[in-house]
Amino acid sequence: MTDLMPISLTVNGERVSANVLPRLNLADFLREHLSLTGTHVGCEHGVCGACTVRVNGDIVRACLLLAVQAENASVETIEGLSDSGEISDLQAAFQNRNALQCGYCTPGMLMAAQDILTHEPQADREQIREYLSGNYCRCTGYHAIVDAVEATARARAGRV
Amino acid sequence: MKASAFNYARASSVNDALELLALHGDQAKVLSGGQSLMPALNLRLSVPALLVDIGAIAELRGVSVSNGVLKIGALTRHVDVQKSSDIAKHAPLLTEAIAHVAHPAIRNKGTIGGSLAHADPASELPACAIALGATIVVRGRDGERCVPAANFFTGIYETLLSPEELLVAVEVPVARPNSVHFFHEYARRKGDYAIVGLAASGVLERDVFTDLRLGFFAVGDKPMLAGASKHLVGKPVTASMLADAQTALDDELDPQEDQQASASMRRYLARQLMERCVVTLLSRPDLEAGKLA
Repeated sequence: MTDLMPISLTVNGERVSANVLPRLNLADFLREHLSLTGTHVGCEHGVCGACTVRVNGDIVRACLLLAVQAENASVETIEGLSDSGEISDLQAAFQNRNALQCGYCTPGMLMAAQDILTHEPQADREQIREYLSGNYCRCTGYHAIVDAVEATARARAGRV
Repeated sequence: MKASAFNYARASSVNDALELLALHGDQAKVLSGGQSLMPALNLRLSVPALLVDIGAIAELRGVSVSNGVLKIGALTRHVDVQKSSDIAKHAPLLTEAIAHVAHPAIRNKGTIGGSLAHADPASELPACAIALGATIVVRGRDGERCVPAANFFTGIYETLLSPEELLVAVEVPVARPNSVHFFHEYARRKGDYAIVGLAASGVLERDVFTDLRLGFFAVGDKPMLAGASKHLVGKPVTASMLADAQTALDDELDPQEDQQASASMRRYLARQLMERCVVTLLSRPDLEAGKLA
């Protein structure tokens, strides 16, 4: 009844082709077909933000996008951002500020944080907090995460 | 949870989508941005046999203004609404409301057409549509029809759309120079569904409302255009007029109880929102309850 469908897309700069079931979401495709397990799966209905990835430059919930919808898209995961060094300062700030404990939310948190740092580099604490409100963290109480993002924003703007 | 199995078809045009919907009827679901449909699929609240993905249909995208009408294509994403200078100029209520719709990662995918067709009674955009006197443009194989937003929503997740039709656009009369708007919602966390919310649009001549449309949401099975606003138009609002309007509002509300709020809490919050709206739009802090005039 439901046939495999061919898809072709770019993931972290590499061309990828696969045959997938229509019901497969992008998060499971990344994790199970490509072994890119940095994209975490939490709630599977768009609430927790652990699966946040970039598709064609925009952050999205990978659990709310079918792999077949990503046909011809350019997908960037936490592995891509990490390996390229794009967020090395942000990662260091997370470490310095103890902005993670169990680490489950961290990949999604980093994706969302990098998004606000890119689009609203002047954001203050309140704006950072609001921007990250779609990402759940059950360990830190968020304060240290906001610290880390704010510190990175200041450092990037030369306002250390 | 994982979605149950379904087939998937990528529609290449509106006509192509309508053919697929005609063929599969209520076995098919239209996939737009998927930000409400995908959760429903993953939770298996919805188990369609076929998804018709309209995401690639370019003609459903974009915002235009002509002859006093702002037309927003169904596939216009929330983030596009948020950034549109045409919408900020001609329907600023939408610009203000959209910031309350979920979170950035969801606004990057969710669409205005999807939100209106999904018709969640707690969501912001259906209430904005009724407050703005918008028209929902629906296409079927026999042609296009226009439905006033005030009639479009019929119940929880229910609208006048038939399974064989596609919502293609929403049209909003452009704001007049003396148009005013108000938006506020009570929610536990920014981006959550509202406990109670109000999207309002009006016309103000000096200190008198000549028109006031109050679209309440999360107060019943669909967004509600409050008839109680008739107590607030035509002459300068007094404390007793506002009290009459709040009583009339209470009479027409039929809120439900859920884990977020009791029915009586929703009634209270709706009355508060009405007051807050009037006080804000008229700059009349003297009308706040408990304050001396």
